[in-house]
Amino acid sequence: MTNVAVDVPNNAVIAVRDLVMSFAGPDGRLVHVLDGVSFEVYAGETLVIMGGSGCGKSTLLNCLIGELRPTDGHIYYRIKGMNQPVDLRAMNEKGLNELRKRFGILFQSGALFNSMTVAENIALPLQEHSYVDSSIIDIVVTLKLQQVHMLEHRDKMPAQLSGGQKKRAGLARATALDPEILYYDEPSAGLDPVTSAAIDQLMMDLSKKLQVTSVVVTHEMDSAFRIADRMVMLDRGKVLKIGRREEFESLRDTSPERLANDDERLIHQFLCGDPEGPLTKADGTSEYEKLIIAGE
Amino acid sequence: MADHDNCVREVRREGNDIVVSLAGEIDLHKAPEVHRALVGACEGKPRNLVVNLEQVTYMDSSGIGTLVEVFRRVNAYEGKLGLSGVGPRVRSLFEITKLDKFFNIYPSEAEALRA
Repeated sequence: MTNVAVDVPNNAVIAVRDLVMSFAGPDGRLVHVLDGVSFEVYAGETLVIMGGSGCGKSTLLNCLIGELRPTDGHIYYRIKGMNQPVDLRAMNEKGLNELRKRFGILFQSGALFNSMTVAENIALPLQEHSYVDSSIIDIVVTLKLQQVHMLEHRDKMPAQLSGGQKKRAGLARATALDPEILYYDEPSAGLDPVTSAAIDQLMMDLSKKLQVTSVVVTHEMDSAFRIADRMVMLDRGKVLKIGRREEFESLRDTSPERLANDDERLIHQFLCGDPEGPLTKADGTSEYEKLIIAGE
Repeated sequence: MADHDNCVREVRREGNDIVVSLAGEIDLHKAPEVHRALVGACEGKPRNLVVNLEQVTYMDSSGIGTLVEVFRRVNAYEGKLGLSGVGPRVRSLFEITKLDKFFNIYPSEAEALRA
């Protein structure tokens, strides 16, 4: 891996610096999906990344896990056993694969292999990345299933599971290699409120008991406020606000007239799910004006 | 990345018992070495197999899985597996996985040998 001397706080596991991700638009012009994003993730915390559709949060997640190579900027990881932070952007594929072993990812759908049983799905990363005896892998699978309360579903196929059970099984697989960092992509998507709350509880349990650092991308506010230690609000590829959960709760609970500026009113609108406000004005009116008046 | 130094520090006979002392980080890379040492120690069917974890700084699920596998072997010949020197980090892993109910955990090696 590439070692770099950078200013990353000692207790930060991840430091994102001036991250830019650009794609060519249909007219050939560059569109900045992420535009100068910077933040840190501290050891053991749960950081929620949120924002409306198209704000860049999924692109950010893909950059963090090394699926997309950013156009500019840096993503530094400080992982156990490394003397210096490493810059993901400077890594080759081999280095990236080594780094990826240190984090688990719970994808929206659970991303289980349909042709394998739940137990086989959980065993797969252990078989791929280690030389431990199959009898030990079998025991680790049992430990992981117990942690997500899925022991009785061990031999089922994914098609036989409910949405919540698939998420639990996906979480067991994501933790198979005891990752230091867990990424969650919309963990509540498609779940009823009770199942969603149960998944949140499970995430909090795993995070606290296993001392895992968690990064959660979501736009489900009930879930976000349950699980977050800190939150990042993205809007049109930029960080609008980073702060503790309590700061966002305060913005949510203050009436718009009493908020200091448009940024705060935009965050309030998003957190409350109001149809009217600067967020919809920014997304709707300006685009509509361009189409109608300027004919662009 | 992972340190690949030997983590099985000592295998010692104490009468009919055997003490295996482990050290460092027991992870996916080290678990096979630990497994080999503990399976080797089981071969003579010692009355007590004591695993001293005093110098273990980290253990992942594969390390825990290794201890469970050896626990089954020792149980099969009706011996006893005792753990000593279990630090808070490793102890919390046993608690999370609810394995503290099954394992005999002793404050010291001497107490494990007296069991």
